[in-house]
Amino acid sequence: MTTAVSTRLREGTLGTSAVRPDANAKVSGSFAFSSDMWADGMLWGATLRSPHPRARIVSIDVAAALAIDGVSCVITAEDVPGQLTYGLIAQDQPVFARVGDEVRYVGEPVAAVAADHPETCRRALAAIRVDYELLTPITDPEICIAGTEETLHPDGNIFREQRVVHGDQSVTGDIVVEGTYVIGMQDQAFLGLEAALALPDHDGSGVELYIATQWLHEDRKQIAACLGLAEEKVRLVLGGVGGAFGAREDISLQVHTCLLALRTGRPVRIAYDREESFYGHVHRHPATIWMRHHADLDGRIRRVEARVVFDGGAYCSTSPAVLVNGISQIQGPYKCPSATVESWAVRTNNPPCGAMRGFGVVQACFAHESQMDKLAAAVGVDPVEIRLRNAMETGDVLVTGQIVDDVAPVERCIRETAALPMPPMTPDSDDYRDIPGGSGLTADRRHIRRGVGWGVSIKNLMYSEGFDDFSTARCRVDDGVVTIKFATAEVGQGFVMLAQQIARTVLGVDEVLLDTIDTQIGSAGSTSASRQTWMSGGAVDAACRAARERLLDLVAERDGLERDSLSIDDLEITDGLSYRRTVVDAARGLHVDETAEYRHPPTEDLDENGQGNCHVAFAFVAHRAVVDVDLDLGLVKVVQVATAQDVGRVLNPLSCVGQVEGGIAQGLGLAVMEEIVVDEGLVRNPSFTDYLLPTFLDAPEVVTSFVEEFEPKSPLGAKGVGEPPCISVTPAIVNAIRQATGRELPRVPVRPSDICL
Amino acid sequence: MTNHSPPTLDYHLSVNGRQLDVQDAWIGESLLYVLRERLGLPGSKGACEQGECGSCTVVLDGRAVCSCLVLAASAVDSEITTIEGLGSGQALGDVQQAFIDAGGVQCGFCTPGFVVAVHHLLSAHETPNDNEIKEALSGNICRCTGYGRILEAVREVVVRRRKS
Repeated sequence: MTTAVSTRLREGTLGTSAVRPDANAKVSGSFAFSSDMWADGMLWGATLRSPHPRARIVSIDVAAALAIDGVSCVITAEDVPGQLTYGLIAQDQPVFARVGDEVRYVGEPVAAVAADHPETCRRALAAIRVDYELLTPITDPEICIAGTEETLHPDGNIFREQRVVHGDQSVTGDIVVEGTYVIGMQDQAFLGLEAALALPDHDGSGVELYIATQWLHEDRKQIAACLGLAEEKVRLVLGGVGGAFGAREDISLQVHTCLLALRTGRPVRIAYDREESFYGHVHRHPATIWMRHHADLDGRIRRVEARVVFDGGAYCSTSPAVLVNGISQIQGPYKCPSATVESWAVRTNNPPCGAMRGFGVVQACFAHESQMDKLAAAVGVDPVEIRLRNAMETGDVLVTGQIVDDVAPVERCIRETAALPMPPMTPDSDDYRDIPGGSGLTADRRHIRRGVGWGVSIKNLMYSEGFDDFSTARCRVDDGVVTIKFATAEVGQGFVMLAQQIARTVLGVDEVLLDTIDTQIGSAGSTSASRQTWMSGGAVDAACRAARERLLDLVAERDGLERDSLSIDDLEITDGLSYRRTVVDAARGLHVDETAEYRHPPTEDLDENGQGNCHVAFAFVAHRAVVDVDLDLGLVKVVQVATAQDVGRVLNPLSCVGQVEGGIAQGLGLAVMEEIVVDEGLVRNPSFTDYLLPTFLDAPEVVTSFVEEFEPKSPLGAKGVGEPPCISVTPAIVNAIRQATGRELPRVPVRPSDICL
Repeated sequence: MTNHSPPTLDYHLSVNGRQLDVQDAWIGESLLYVLRERLGLPGSKGACEQGECGSCTVVLDGRAVCSCLVLAASAVDSEITTIEGLGSGQALGDVQQAFIDAGGVQCGFCTPGFVVAVHHLLSAHETPNDNEIKEALSGNICRCTGYGRILEAVREVVVRRRKS
């Protein structure tokens, strides 16, 4: 039984640019973000944080804070009733640092207060006396790799050490190119700051938390453990999420907010400001990657060698998984018969790092795409040709030994990108906004040089290395009204819209209601790893299909029809003969309720040689960047980015374009401006004044082409679209700057001084 | 350090054409805080507290300002327009509708500030070119869209207004 395929796409179904169900509220200011949540009798919470990257807490005195009018309570590690630590992979991060223990990074929570006003909170935090014994921070990952007597944490200084040994280890190339590449610490910089509202149960036995997160069920698991409560006593509801990009995968204020609410017996809201947000969530790992490529005289890669170091900062977060993502895709989207890689993710007293869009592959891609341009130069071919000669195809093998059995249209991505129109030459109009430096009016047109650069990438989709990755969805049809429920975090990507598109397509209705996104259904997994279209899309599709079959059973039974003859055609149920009623009408008086789980096939851990089928699936993308550079001032204007992306199938054209353009802006940020500057463990720029983000004037023209080759492994034929846009655009831009300047530029972000001094 | 609560006062603000009472408010509160936490107008958003991101943009006596940088008590004699004053539900303004149609909304956190800023731009300048649009909106940060669909939305409003 299948849905008849209409010759035209009905508005709001799969393949159309359906309108987001939350769009109206978002443009009119009535959409409730987690920072907008409010309750009668609500108190404000705030967090005291360590000003030192490494210190032992000698004592904490909260008496003066408690004496301030309006302060309801002050809590420290002594007040944590359950597990004292949390974490996604290793539970090594304290809810609060304890007296006698060390704080391990600037910003580590030490205490929290609840009071009647944010200003009262601020004064209370200032009144808490913490005596620290200062210790010398370790901020260089190489010290931990070399081995040191000093242990920064009982779990040790190395989060993961992993080598990859693949193929013939004796291979050397006729052509050898190498380089060491450095990637700075990038911030997700979502606009909607961390915020949560906790409502204690009347008898204090449980708590409800409205929270902006990427993964409700994982949050609940960690929160409940720290509160010492059963998971069913902790109910999470998704508060409106103002962007995520990986920064909301870890616990930040969740446990603190719940603790304060349970202690005071009143609703408590914590809302970070921008500075606290920089301290409150993990960042993209800064990395140093050495690579050596061996190739034939015609430029075909024979072997890669790499040494990869990711600085994980003070706590584990997802560092081991980020590292594996990077090294398992270190060859890039290219054929590579042998490899030798050594790698570490280590603990330091720098800010903790974890998930950010691209998850380890961003760092690897900057290295391998910088290498590809060096290889092209050594062989004497252009950057496009070297990439075409090595382009991966379906059936090729990763350095982990895993066969890429996906659709792998790398060559097509490159060729379609190359075919996209180039921008006009640097305009000779008087408009300063068209040249580097913009309204600074600093650039001299005579000193502007144009460069064109390329980047191509591979990105794994879904969770890896044996993780039991699944998503759950429920579809009800009550009296013709379709309602879908899931715990999938809507962070801005538009899953709420996609779920409606799926339901409209499968069930033949126009109106689809969405139930509250909360923990009153099974987990959807995280909104990360480009996985929700595939995973939660698969779950919603399966639930809707099950509901459709059940509905047709009931209709056949009630109306005395041959079950096997019934199908849904557009908005109608028909037996192909005389019976034809709209689904909404035919479903009146009927009730269907189906829940489905979608799982992808299992994956394996890497073995000690880094071999194993650790990933589920892959997507590919090519980027071509055109830049104008003022050679004297080191100013860069990214004029245009052209891209062809492997998406399997476009489910919502406008939404796909939005993901591509947004990802490119983030990759541009890493290329030329975004970096958390850390000096001996101290963050020097925790504000939007000093941490530079791409503005409207920095955003390039983006020319996009989607490579649609239906992916049979995917439930909807589509691949995740979210991460690939931000990966290879960074090296594409830097390769363009290299072409314009002739400089090696081994580090991102490229600073003006890297170009002009 | 004092053990007493911060000093407070009562005043009125004129927001979206209505006189609203602010009672018992600490004098240090920003206009953004008072709109959001005291007057039930949470549409204006806070994301940087430094006037860098534009999420809190409101129109104050005809000027687009970052409400996080305005002391609420200093705005007592001003006319304030917030996102809530620009349309809702079935009665969306043309800027709001264009943001939806062009795909300019993802997470939506920057959207109210953008809508107010675009509304203000087009009330002062009916036919801006692309560079004028970009420069006028360069004080509003969007982290999701890369600005492409927002540019498209503004272009659409310009075209639609010209036709009408």
